[in-house]
Amino acid sequence: MTEYEMVRKAGVQRTVIRSVAALIGMFAFAFALVPLYDVFCRITGLNGKVDTTAQAIVHEEVDQSRYVTVQFITRGSAGLPWQMSVATRQMRVHPGQAAEVEFTFTNNSHQESWGRAVPSVSPSNATAHVRKVSCFCFQEQLLQGDERLTVPLVFQLSRDLPEEINTITLVYTLYPVHNMAMGASVNNNNTLGDEI
Amino acid sequence: MAPKLPPQHSLQQSSTAVAGGQSHHEHHAQPKGIMRWLLTTNHKEIGSLYLIFSLVMFFIGGIFALVVRAELFQPGLQLVEPEFFNQMTTMHGLIMVFAAVMPAFTGLANWMIPLQIGAPDMALPRLNNFSFWLLPVAFILLLSTLLMPGGGPNFGWTFYAPLSTTYAPPSTTFFILALHIAGISSILGAINIIATILNMRAPGMRMMDMPLFVWTWLITAFLLIAVMPVLAGVITMMLMDINFGTSFFDAAGGGDPVLFQHLFWFFGHPEVYIMILPAFGIVSAIIPTFARKRLFGYASMVYATAAIALLSFLVWAHHMFVVGLPLTAELFFMYSTMLIAVPTGVKVFNWVTTLFRGSISFEPPMLFALAFVVLFTIGGFSGLMLAIAPADFQYHDTYFVVAHFHYVLVPGAIFAIMAGVYYWLPKWTGHYPHERLAQCHFWCSVVGVNLTFFPMHFAGLAGMPRRIPDYALQFADFNMLSSIGAFFFGVSQLIFVLVVVLCVKGGKKAPAKAWEGAEDLEWSVPSPAPLHTFETPPVFHRTHPSE
Ligand code: HEM
Ligand SMILES: [Cu+2]
Repeated sequence: MTEYEMVRKAGVQRTVIRSVAALIGMFAFAFALVPLYDVFCRITGLNGKVDTTAQAIVHEEVDQSRYVTVQFITRGSAGLPWQMSVATRQMRVHPGQAAEVEFTFTNNSHQESWGRAVPSVSPSNATAHVRKVSCFCFQEQLLQGDERLTVPLVFQLSRDLPEEINTITLVYTLYPVHNMAMGASVNNNNTLGDEI
Repeated sequence: MAPKLPPQHSLQQSSTAVAGGQSHHEHHAQPKGIMRWLLTTNHKEIGSLYLIFSLVMFFIGGIFALVVRAELFQPGLQLVEPEFFNQMTTMHGLIMVFAAVMPAFTGLANWMIPLQIGAPDMALPRLNNFSFWLLPVAFILLLSTLLMPGGGPNFGWTFYAPLSTTYAPPSTTFFILALHIAGISSILGAINIIATILNMRAPGMRMMDMPLFVWTWLITAFLLIAVMPVLAGVITMMLMDINFGTSFFDAAGGGDPVLFQHLFWFFGHPEVYIMILPAFGIVSAIIPTFARKRLFGYASMVYATAAIALLSFLVWAHHMFVVGLPLTAELFFMYSTMLIAVPTGVKVFNWVTTLFRGSISFEPPMLFALAFVVLFTIGGFSGLMLAIAPADFQYHDTYFVVAHFHYVLVPGAIFAIMAGVYYWLPKWTGHYPHERLAQCHFWCSVVGVNLTFFPMHFAGLAGMPRRIPDYALQFADFNMLSSIGAFFFGVSQLIFVLVVVLCVKGGKKAPAKAWEGAEDLEWSVPSPAPLHTFETPPVFHRTHPSE
């Protein structure tokens, strides 16, 4: 092997090592984006993601001068025979005032099943100002066959809610939970696909 | 400062014509028949394999497209079930992107990069063989999903979750596997190309002396290394969501389908540039040759390519204007997308200026290159229209988007590949392609492409949604035209096959320098290029004042 060829070979080796390092780095980066994205959304409130842990009520002076309309929308899900309804579709609250609404879940089938209501807030710049004191959406829920369950949502809008927001919409979407913890790995994906 | 001149070189000494079996590491007898092709590590043979594979896949993907166009010939559902229609649109996209356009460019890279930089072969010849043979495995697997219970992938080439996870057919796991294998193949190909370009150039050839095809491929290979792992990551997450109960993209478990789109397009937008940058390189070789002038603005071409590549990481969400981005994000992605049009415009400007006052002749490669410049630019303009976020709310997911990306991909990427094939066929086979037939192929293709895709602009602006097997009556005329154009275009590609086959078999003999104005190193080796070239490196000699 001539010296020229040796130099080439060393160069090629170096390039390959660097490329492989870059590859591994980018693969890891793709996975790192998942938590980063979540953190980003939570900090900025983008995407309407609300905190999924309970927050304490902050006792601040209620802003009597201002009314905000809060609307509630509930949506069912394919694959979960539940119905979800809300006591009032819409209410008016003052920023700083704690409020309570009741939601009712009904299992229309005779079998028990797990489900979860996933919340979303819009407009997204209101997200950070919706404080949930107690919410059914923090956990997955078990409903026995034909069971009907009424649960409250207690929330408070913080006083620093931006001026221009006068309507906030809270959407709850029901999703089936395939209970992995119980070892019954029921991945109904494909049957689900057929139903649709 | 001396004006920036493109490289102009001559060879002081080139020991190129080492014919077949004479090479020094080729003492043992070559395996014969199929084993020769299975085991070959020669860049020219592997290049040919890639190109043949790509051509076969181009026809398979084309047949899928014709199924789609046949169904859309008239409103109403007549030929295929909607489920099958969805599989056809999906498979068409996947095959064309991953099995036709990308392998064709890799094939051209294999053939031409060593010849253009004076290297004896690719840096990693065995890896090269492996990368190629992964491809047939990947795509036979992918095509076989069409025969599986529940059918093949039906969620579009962008495979948005949860369509591709919760609601996907059972064959999706095989789709993921196939895409993984194809991805590994492109990654290995990219590493090989980078290693070759950075380390195997003829002594004396600096980076800024490299032909633009080499430059654009180098940058493309970097893009591949940066984004193919992200694609691999996304499909791995899908695999886990489907089979292992995670919920990366499933809102029920705290995941987010919008995350899928962000990850996909972080790969997907650079991917569309992966499919166009090498095309820029080919066109930048052909236009100066047939205008008999040096390329105008060589250095600015290199910088523009690099700028496009860098910017392509900052624009992905222009595919997601309607997912509910906050206003600042809409604005950011709108302006960054428009910014990409600037370096792209620099390129178009340079090509046109190269043509200006050139003594132009219209051989088949040049015809395709000129059509590329004009029609690609139309695609760029419709891209700019889509980049206007508020307008995109109207255009998104309509046939206007379909028209846009087919203009940049068919008369863009694919015309450039065909231009490259016509340009280098004399080097590969030793014969010129049949001029009359090639012209006929060109004119049929130009008419076919425009007849197929131009009416889609109007259908889209009028609101026709994409990926739906039926449509409202007012779109009937546009669709009928598109379908006629598509069949015409499809059939004309048989002429291309005929020209290539005839050219391999015989035809007018080509000298080493097959085109009068061609300057790069590949024209210094005999035509057809012997199996082994540049066994001893040529000394590269620059004739213009250095920059
Ligand atoms: C001036 C340059 C370009 C601009 C401003 C541009 C802009 C855009 C925008 C805004 C979209 C999203 C439209 C929507 O879904 O509503 C889009 C889609 C697309 N573009 Fe471009 N583009 C440009 C060049 C290119 C090039 C060079 C290629 C490929 C070679 C390309 C391939 C695509 C593809 C494949 C899609 C559609 C993806 C899909 O949804 O299936 N574009 N483009
Ligand atoms: Cu894009």
